[in-house]
Amino acid sequence: MSYTTTAHHDAHEDHPSGIMRWLTTTNHKDIGTMYLIFALIMFMVGGSMIMLVRAELFQPGMQLVQPEFFNQLIGVHALIMIFMALMPAATGFANWMLPLQIGAPDMALPRLNNWGFWLLPPAAILLTLPYILALFGIGDGAIATGWTFYAPLSVQGGIGVDFAIFAVHLLGISSVMGSINVIVTIFNMRAPGMTLMKMPMFAWGWLITAFLLIATIPVLAGAVTMLLTDRHFGTHFFDAAGGGDPIMFQHLFWFFGHPEVYILLLPVWGFMPQILQTFARKPMYGYKVQVYSLWAIGALSVVVWAHHFFTVGMPVPALLYFMYSTMAISIPLAVLFYCWIATIWRGSMSFETPMLFAVGWIILFGIGGLTGLVLADVAADAQYHHTYFVVAHFHYTLFAGGIMGIMAGVYYWLPKMTGHMYNEKLGKLHFWLTAISFNLTFIPQFFLGLAGMPRRIPDYALQFSEFNMISSIAAFVLGAAQLLFVYNIISCARGGKKATDQVWEGAQGLEWTLPSPPPYHSFTEQPVVK
Amino acid sequence: MATQSQGHYFVPNPSLYPFILSAGLLVMAAGFIFSVNESVPGHSAGSWMMLGGLGVILAMIFLWLGKVIAESQGGHYKTWEDKSFRWGMMAFIASEVAFFAAFFGALFYMRVISVPELAGFDPEFTPYKDFLGAWPSAGPGGVVLGTEYTTAQFTPMGAWGIPAINTLILLTSGATVTWAHWGLLKNKRSQLVMGLFLTVVLGLMFIALQAYEYHHAYNELGLTLQAGAYGSTFFMLTGFHGFHVTLGTIMLIVILLRSMKGHFSPEHHFGFEGVAWYWHFVDVVWLGLFVFVYWL
Ligand code: HEM
Ligand SMILES: [Cu+2]
Repeated sequence: MSYTTTAHHDAHEDHPSGIMRWLTTTNHKDIGTMYLIFALIMFMVGGSMIMLVRAELFQPGMQLVQPEFFNQLIGVHALIMIFMALMPAATGFANWMLPLQIGAPDMALPRLNNWGFWLLPPAAILLTLPYILALFGIGDGAIATGWTFYAPLSVQGGIGVDFAIFAVHLLGISSVMGSINVIVTIFNMRAPGMTLMKMPMFAWGWLITAFLLIATIPVLAGAVTMLLTDRHFGTHFFDAAGGGDPIMFQHLFWFFGHPEVYILLLPVWGFMPQILQTFARKPMYGYKVQVYSLWAIGALSVVVWAHHFFTVGMPVPALLYFMYSTMAISIPLAVLFYCWIATIWRGSMSFETPMLFAVGWIILFGIGGLTGLVLADVAADAQYHHTYFVVAHFHYTLFAGGIMGIMAGVYYWLPKMTGHMYNEKLGKLHFWLTAISFNLTFIPQFFLGLAGMPRRIPDYALQFSEFNMISSIAAFVLGAAQLLFVYNIISCARGGKKATDQVWEGAQGLEWTLPSPPPYHSFTEQPVVK
Repeated sequence: MATQSQGHYFVPNPSLYPFILSAGLLVMAAGFIFSVNESVPGHSAGSWMMLGGLGVILAMIFLWLGKVIAESQGGHYKTWEDKSFRWGMMAFIASEVAFFAAFFGALFYMRVISVPELAGFDPEFTPYKDFLGAWPSAGPGGVVLGTEYTTAQFTPMGAWGIPAINTLILLTSGATVTWAHWGLLKNKRSQLVMGLFLTVVLGLMFIALQAYEYHHAYNELGLTLQAGAYGSTFFMLTGFHGFHVTLGTIMLIVILLRSMKGHFSPEHHFGFEGVAWYWHFVDVVWLGLFVFVYWL
């Protein structure tokens, strides 16, 4: 692909200054920056909560926190990490990079874009407010059901459940607004000559993410609305006495929940091949096949949801169907892995921080996928369901596959966004500390799960002590290592070696044709893609 | 897609409306939570918070859309921007479809799976021996969260009274709005205004009949929100639909007023079309309701 850039860089920046700039902005770069900063802050908040959990689990017996509070920490940690760290980070990249990558002047619906972001802080307030209210004797703290809101526990739970329901509503509106923006931007704002099959992979990843969000987030909204009316207005959706069924909640929740795990990862699958090709200095392998695989995974992801509750009691044909369909997802996923590896195969690789994260990501996310296959086996899952094995599985997919993928993206694009190089030594140190302590945190949890330790319980039998202690110590290191990440980002934003336009020797794509940092309004004249 | 540059895209100026709108939503949500949790101190202030939040939300929607209309009249929206709105509206309606799908899903699940299952247990062991599981059902009754709950005695809503009339009303309104659209395309302002006016009247009639039906259900049929599976799905589905009809009617009124002011031209009228699409969507959802909630 080659480009003729006709972008004229007018430097005029017509926006209010100070705080008003951020409250009112309609600029995709400003909004992207806010998303990314919000995600980083919430990542640290959600991380601190789980440090407390790991401290409690350091030894058997009850040490630090009340069991109720322990339950609240676990659920809020997960909700924060999923909805307020990983998803906003991906949306932040979409805002920053999609218009630059497809040669658009901005996102298609800029004011809606601003609203999409500003729904997030109120949601964060709603989710965490019950902790503070409880200090004043109002209510009994935040949601204590885990992130899955299962009825009947959530029907009986305290005021924290109501707050979480409305937090989810605001997050849902935000996601839908963000998705509408992405879809419209991709369909309507591409530079002349950029056909769909010439789009950067990141745009494909996000397009499918946006479709999945539009199809499933409203179902979650419906489910928690039913929960709300069951709690306060006497409906019987999840109550057998009225003809309802608590298991119906699980169906509704996971109809959203399983696609959600792909929503969290598809954006990463989009930009990761771009990072790999950059540092392997070799074109991406199998572009078309990757696009088809992304579509296949997106489509399959909405028909496999019941694998999250095999043990709840289902007819055998249903078990078989959900088992085989789940396993079928691993086929397109394996194709993607093949393409990623083939992209770097015999490339002239160099290992700057983004590449370290990218290669580490392939391996660690691979472990996540393989352990998922184990869980997809109905007979095996009868043993592993609701144990630490599941916890370890989804941290390999979500922390390694999601967060570490996002970290690769941060290091990759930070020089473009700030105009400065980050500290490479510190970045590498961050990678190694993260990768090692991550494995030391979660490998023991596989063994704990195999040995039968249940998840979401603050105390455990003595035989689990050693592994838990190792896991806790490693988790503290993992948490501390993220301070390096924050420090590196802040100092990179403040200054440092000037970044070139190209930044990385092998980087390809429209975003690298612009200066670093790009002007406030880029591509007001669209480039023509040949 | 065009192969040459499409000119300048309109990026609106910085705006504070979205931020204030979100703040209003936060206040309304918190107020709602306080107002429904009677055990919580500060419970009485909840309703006022809720109203305050709602006021802010309405004001912001009014100002925001007012600004959009002004921008449209100011000639800022050309074909390129227009396309964005079209794609955006389609995606939004798709998300609304998914929202209703959740409630239809609940209806089918209860009707096909959970209610029959509750009636199908081994009589030796079930507490629901006398429960037959026929639809419509309010469930077998029993203990609900510590309180004794007995199956509500209710008469289901018949399909061929008000619901059938309402079906006719909505189908007709779909036709009148299309007729208005033809008028707009032919630049016949009177046909446009007349068609929209009729659509609004039909929308209001629908809402009035629906309100009467609810009154009837509560006072004469014993059919309430608390009436188990049937009551829950009946009121949640028709309630959310009625809410959408109300929104749609308000949107139609705005479009009617704009048409009377001379807004819209045969080439440039996304505002009209967006509302018309929305109205058709509401119409289609109603057909689903008529068939699965009232009729079958
Ligand atoms: C080949 C791929 C995968 C398969 C076959 C698979 C299968 C499964 C199964 C069967 C479970 C339920 C285990 C149980 O609760 O007993 C599960 C849990 C989970 N998986 Fe996966 N998975 C795969 C990939 C992923 C990916 C890519 C993600 C995230 C991005 C993910 C995130 C999760 C999460 C969050 C849970 C736990 C949810 C909870 O109970 O809170 N999985 N997986
Ligand atoms: Cu799943």
